[in-house]
Amino acid sequence: MSVRIGVVTFPGSLDDRDAQRAVRLAGAEPVALWHRDQDLHQVDAVVLPGGFSYGDYLRCGAISRFSPVMETIIAQAKVGLPVLGICNGFQILCESHLLPGALTRNDNLHFVCRDQKLRIENTTSAWTNAYVPNAEIVVPLKNGEGGFVADERTLDELEAEGRVVARYLDVNPNGSYRDIAGISNAAGNVVGLMPHPEHAIEPLTGPSTEGLGFFASILKQLVSA
Amino acid sequence: MTLDTVKHATSTPDAEQPWAALGLKADEYARIREILGRRPTGAELAMYSVMWSEHCSYKSSKVHLKQFGEKAPANDAMLVGIGENAGVVDVGQGYAVTFKIESHNHPSYVEPYQGAATGIGGIVRDILAMGARPVAVMDPLRFGAPDHPDTRRVLPGIVAGIGGYGNCLGLPNIGGEVVFDACYQGNPLVNALCVGVMRHEDIHLAQASGPGNKVILYGARTGGDGIGGASILASETFDGSKPTKRPAVQVGDPFQEKLLIECTLELFREQLVSGIQDFGAAGLSCATSELASGGSGGMRVELDNVPLRDNTLSPEEILMSESQERMCAIVEPGKVDRFLEICEKWDVIATVIGEVTDGDRLEIFWHGEQIVDVLPRTVAHDGPVLNRPFARPSWQDALQADVPTAERLKRPAGGDELRAAVLALVGSPNQADKSWITSQYDRYVLGNTVLSTPEDSGMIRIDEDSNLGVAIATDGNGRYAKLDPYTGAQLALAEAYRNVAATGAKPLAVSDCLNFGSPEDPDVMWQFVEATRGLADACQILGTPVTGGNVSLYNQTGTVAIHPTPVVAVLGVIDDVNRRTPIGFAEEGQLVYLLGDTADEFGGSAWTQVAHDHLGGLPPRLDLERERLLAEVLIAGSRDGMVDAAHDLSDGGLIQALAESCLRGGKGARLVVPDGIDPFVLLFSESAGRAVVSVPRSEELRFTEMCGVRGLPATRIGVVDGDAIDLQGEFTLPLAELRAAHTGVIEALLA
Amino acid sequence: MARVVVDVMLKPEILDPQGQAVQRALPRLGFPGIADVRQGKRFELELEGPVDEAALARIREAAETFLANTVIEDFTVRVEEQ
Repeated sequence: MSVRIGVVTFPGSLDDRDAQRAVRLAGAEPVALWHRDQDLHQVDAVVLPGGFSYGDYLRCGAISRFSPVMETIIAQAKVGLPVLGICNGFQILCESHLLPGALTRNDNLHFVCRDQKLRIENTTSAWTNAYVPNAEIVVPLKNGEGGFVADERTLDELEAEGRVVARYLDVNPNGSYRDIAGISNAAGNVVGLMPHPEHAIEPLTGPSTEGLGFFASILKQLVSA
Repeated sequence: MTLDTVKHATSTPDAEQPWAALGLKADEYARIREILGRRPTGAELAMYSVMWSEHCSYKSSKVHLKQFGEKAPANDAMLVGIGENAGVVDVGQGYAVTFKIESHNHPSYVEPYQGAATGIGGIVRDILAMGARPVAVMDPLRFGAPDHPDTRRVLPGIVAGIGGYGNCLGLPNIGGEVVFDACYQGNPLVNALCVGVMRHEDIHLAQASGPGNKVILYGARTGGDGIGGASILASETFDGSKPTKRPAVQVGDPFQEKLLIECTLELFREQLVSGIQDFGAAGLSCATSELASGGSGGMRVELDNVPLRDNTLSPEEILMSESQERMCAIVEPGKVDRFLEICEKWDVIATVIGEVTDGDRLEIFWHGEQIVDVLPRTVAHDGPVLNRPFARPSWQDALQADVPTAERLKRPAGGDELRAAVLALVGSPNQADKSWITSQYDRYVLGNTVLSTPEDSGMIRIDEDSNLGVAIATDGNGRYAKLDPYTGAQLALAEAYRNVAATGAKPLAVSDCLNFGSPEDPDVMWQFVEATRGLADACQILGTPVTGGNVSLYNQTGTVAIHPTPVVAVLGVIDDVNRRTPIGFAEEGQLVYLLGDTADEFGGSAWTQVAHDHLGGLPPRLDLERERLLAEVLIAGSRDGMVDAAHDLSDGGLIQALAESCLRGGKGARLVVPDGIDPFVLLFSESAGRAVVSVPRSEELRFTEMCGVRGLPATRIGVVDGDAIDLQGEFTLPLAELRAAHTGVIEALLA
Repeated sequence: MARVVVDVMLKPEILDPQGQAVQRALPRLGFPGIADVRQGKRFELELEGPVDEAALARIREAAETFLANTVIEDFTVRVEEQ
C-alpha cells in the first residue's frame, strides 16, 4: 500500500507541482488537495508548498491560514499528522501558530534566489530522519520574506529542545535570527523550512539531489510506523 | 451632459471634436468621417484614436515589416505566423511552443517598478491567449550610463518590478541582457519575452465567430488605468468627489494574473473557449475590434455589464481603460454556465458583456443607447499606413570612416598592459557579472529549468519522460546597429542563433523587438528600414522565420535618439535536455579550441568603449553560411558528446568568453597565442562566427576531423588547467583576481 | 459617515528594514535631521452599521486575529469622523 502525501494548492501556490514531483520521486503517491476542501482524502502527511498564496497580501500566509483545508490540517497536526511547510508553507504554519515565531521581510529588502548551504541539525523529526546528523546540504532558496524572527525566550527554547531543524551556513540570506532556516514543533511532526528541498531532487534542474532527504524521511517514518 | 450616441452624432455633424488632442491628424479624422459617413461619436473617436496610434497600428512600420512575411523561409515547423497574439512553432512529439518578445519602454521610465511589472504581465497574457501554459520569461534590459543618478533611480525599480511580477506568477526567469549606454539615459529599454507550451490541438486564436456565441470579460475589475486622452471626452468638470482624472499609470496585480492563468488553462482543458484575446493597449476597444475582425460576423457589447472598480468612469473611459489582468473569451451559449463555474472556483470575476452577431458591425451600447457602430476592420486593421521618408544620415559616412585601427586608438602593448586591459574589460559594467540583478529572479519554479543565465541560452525541459526541451536566447547590439543598421540587425540574429546552437539546440524561429527613435526623423527611419531589411534577409538565409514581435518607436529625448536597437530572440529545440552543453570549463585536461576565424575587427567593440569611449568604423563582418556551419558543428558536438562545454563569442571577444567559462566552471586555462595572430587581436577582436569549446582528450580526433571535413577552422589554443588564465609569454591572471574584478560591480554602482 | 482606522506597526524590537531604507534615503533627498523611521500599515474600514462599542470590539478582534500578526506587530484602533 503506497504512502499518500497531500500537497495543498492555495490560490497563488507556485511550487505545488514541484512538491508533487518530489513526492513521486521519493516513491510516494502525491495527492492534490484544494484549499476549499476540508477533506484530506486519507493522506498520511501533508506538504504546504511554496509560492505567493493570495499574492502575499496582508501578510504572507495570513489569508491562507484561514482556508477550510487548514482548519482540518491544524486540528490533525495537533494530534500527530506530519506537516511540512516550505517557504510560503512555513509562513502559513507560523500564522496558524502550529509553529512559533514569524517570517519577515528580508533584511536586505531584495528577493533572493540562491543555492544555499544548510546544516540539518535535527534528524529525529518526521521530515529529516533520513539525514545524517549535521549533514551539510545545498538547496535552492528563493524568497523576499524569509527572515525568521522570534523573541529570545522562544529562540532559547527552540535551541534547547533541539527544534532548530536546519541552519544557514556560509551566508545568512535574509537576516533570520540565529541563522535559523527551519524549525519543528515540540512533537516533531510539524516542520517549517524556508529553502526549497523540492528543487534539489534532480541533477538536471537543481544544484544537488540533497533535498530528496526530506521526502525520503517522511516515507521512512510512515512505512515504519 | 448628453451622452454622445450614434443618433446624436448623426444629428450634430458639425460638433467640435478634440481629435487633435487625442493624437489624430486632420487627414485621419477626415478619413474616419468618410468611413462612417458621419462624424464619430466620442467613444468611436476614442477607439480610432488609440487603435490608429503608432503603438497599436504600426503605421510607420507596417510597410517594412511586411518583409518578414514576404521573405519568410519555407518552414514546416511554423504553425501560427505573424498576425496573432504570438507565433507558434512545432517542436515535435505533438508539442507546440509559442513565444514572443515585447517592449514596455516608456512606462518603465515613468514608473520603473509598475512599468516593468505590467510589461511582464502583458507578454504573459499574450502567450496565455494562444492556448499555452506560460513556462518562462526573459528580460533584455538597457539602461543609461552606469554611474548616472537616474540610472540608480530606474534600474532597481525595473529589476524589482520584473522579479516581483514574474516570481509571483511562478515563471522562472531564464535569461536576458543588461546593457548600459548613455544613449538610453532618458529612454531605458525594457523588453520582455515569454514562452509557453501546449499540445498542437490546444492552439487558440483571437477570433469571434458563430452568431449567438457570448463575449465574456473575465479577470480584474476595470478602473481608470492608462486612460490617457479618453478623459478629455468625458467633459464632466473635475471635482473632488471623484477619483482624479489624471491618466493613471497601470498597476499590475500578479496574483490576479496567476489566478487568470490557472483559470484559463482549466477553461481550455474543458474546451469551453472558441476564441480568446487578452486586454493590452487600448483595452476593450482593441480586444473587441480585433476579435470581431478576426472572425466572421459582428459583435454587440453592453458596456453596462463591465465590472467596474470605479463607478464614475464614463463609457469612453471604460472602453479605453488599460486595467491589467483582463481577458475576453468567445463562448458557445451552452458552455457559458460551466465557464462561469470554473471562474468562480478560481475567484475570478467573469461577466457576459455581449455576443457575436449575424451582421458585420461592432455595436456598443451604454444605458440602452448605442455609442459605437463601426466596421471592426476599419478600427483594428485598416488604420493609416505611412510611407515615412527615410535617408541615410549625413554623418553615417564619417562615423563608418572612423575605424578603430591601431593608429587611431592606442592598443595595449606587452603582457602587463594586456593584463590590465583584460581586468578593465571584465570589470566594466557591461561585461561584469550580473547576479545582483539575476538573483532577484526565481529560476527554479516549475522544476524544468535546465539552463539559465549566465549560460548561453535559457533551456526548459518540456516533457519529463522524453526529455524534449526548448532553448531561447535574446541578443542585440545597439552600437553595431548604429554603425550599420543592416549588418547590426543581422548580427543580433546571428548571435542569438549562435547562442542557441552553443547549448546544443537547433534554432527554429525568431521573435523580434525593434527599439528605435522617432520615425518622423528620416535618419531614424532609414535605420529602421535598413534593420528590418537586414533581419528579414538573414532570417531567410538561416531558415528561421519571424513569427511575431514588437516595434517600439519614439525612444528619444529631444532630438537625440537611442542607438537603433533591434533585439532578436531565437527559439530552438533539443531532443534530449540531458545532452545540453553548458559554458563552464569544469574538467582539467580538456582541450580548448577556438572555432572560426579571427580578424582585426573592433568597430563598436566593448574594448573600444571601455578603453576609449569610442564608437566608429564598421561592425564585424558577417558570413551567414559560416554561422550556419558553426551551429551545425556545435549541435553535433553537443549531441555526440564531443564537447563538454561551449561558449559563443560576442561582445568582449575571446577573453570575455574565456573569463566567463573559467569562472563558471571553476577551472583556469593555459593558453598559447596561435602563430600569425597578434595577442591583442586574438583576445579582444569581436569577429563573428566564432565559439570556444572544451573538448575531452578522448574526443579530440573525432572533433577535429568533423571540423576538417565540414570546413570549419578549429584552432587549439590551450588546455583547461590550474586556477588562472595563463597566456603564455603574456600574462597570468589568477581566477581569484579575475573574479574580484568581475563581481560586485553592479552592486557597487547602486550603493 | 464614520470610519474605523486600524494602524499596524512592527513591534519596536523587530527589525524594520523598509523603515531603515527610508531613513537612509531622506537626507540624500534633502531632508536631514530625521533620526528614525518606522513603516507600518493603515487599514480604513467603512462599516455598514453604526460604529458603537460592539462594532469596535469586533474590529479589535479582527485586528488581533487577522489584520495584525501579534507575534511581531502591535495595533491601535480609532474612530475617524469624515
